[in-house]
Amino acid sequence: MAGLMSRAAMVIKAKFSKLLDRAEDPGETLDYSYERQLQLLQNVKRGVADVVTAKKRLQLQSDKLEQSLVKLDTQARQALAAGREDLARAALERKSAAQTQLQDLDRQLQALEDQQQKLVASERQLSAKVEAFRTQKETIKAQYSAAEAQVRIGEAATGIGEQMADTGLAIQRAKDKTEAMTARAGAIDELVESGALEDFTSDQTQLDRELAQISSQSQVDSELEKMKAELGAGETQKELES
Amino acid sequence: MIARIMGGGGQYRVDDSLLERLNQLDERAVAALERGDEEDLDARLDEMAELVRSEGEELPEDDLSASDIVIPPSDLTLEETRRLLSEDGLIPDLPAAT
Repeated sequence: MAGLMSRAAMVIKAKFSKLLDRAEDPGETLDYSYERQLQLLQNVKRGVADVVTAKKRLQLQSDKLEQSLVKLDTQARQALAAGREDLARAALERKSAAQTQLQDLDRQLQALEDQQQKLVASERQLSAKVEAFRTQKETIKAQYSAAEAQVRIGEAATGIGEQMADTGLAIQRAKDKTEAMTARAGAIDELVESGALEDFTSDQTQLDRELAQISSQSQVDSELEKMKAELGAGETQKELES
Repeated sequence: MIARIMGGGGQYRVDDSLLERLNQLDERAVAALERGDEEDLDARLDEMAELVRSEGEELPEDDLSASDIVIPPSDLTLEETRRLLSEDGLIPDLPAAT
């Protein structure tokens, strides 16, 4: 088995040699190749934009999860204050699950950040090479006979073809990562929106309900106390009047 | 000799004498790939890229020279690295001109 370096070089050469096979007229070959370079440059710019969008979405989710953590912590305290250790435990378990999700999300964000940096570097390199190719293309068209031009085209197109293969790969990788994360983000969104995280789908609403019950119960109790006090005061007043 | 570091790492002009050290790392990378040791493979690829970066001279970005050697990226899975090096490959077809 040949080394990885030479195999990678070979694969890339095989890929971009097709770029030159097509046209018989050198001028046409150059123009066609240039068109594809511009197209790829568009693709890489779009790729960067897509990664930025995906990052924003993950950031929003991360913020939501942070809020969930605060909410679950508060709920655990309320439950404990009401003497419901079982509910407090359920809330803390969910908090722990949310924390795991959050850490995972942060890792995803970092991975997207890395992809973005690679794409941006790739875009910069491709852009510089496309511009150099354009200049060279015009020179070749203006100055060389068809036979000479073929040789020059080979040289000019080899370097840019290699860059195109590398940029193409970077775009593909970023696209795969972004799509995978968008799918995961969708799943997390659903979990957050349903008020559940991980395995706690069924009893999140239960927890909310019970806590609401405790809270309304204590509110009823305190209002009753207040009314009794007022009533008591009123009756005393009446007795005094009569 | 010109070396490319894939994944947006750019191209470097390196002295031919560096090839021996690169080849040694490359051999170990191949062995790691064959026995399915992703961690070792990634470490060797990173070392190769680092060697090129530290010993080589970066080419200007508008240079149209082809590379003699290409160092695969280290952030691929084993499966992706295998596909990268295979015939149909991981590298997508270039977009058609519109």
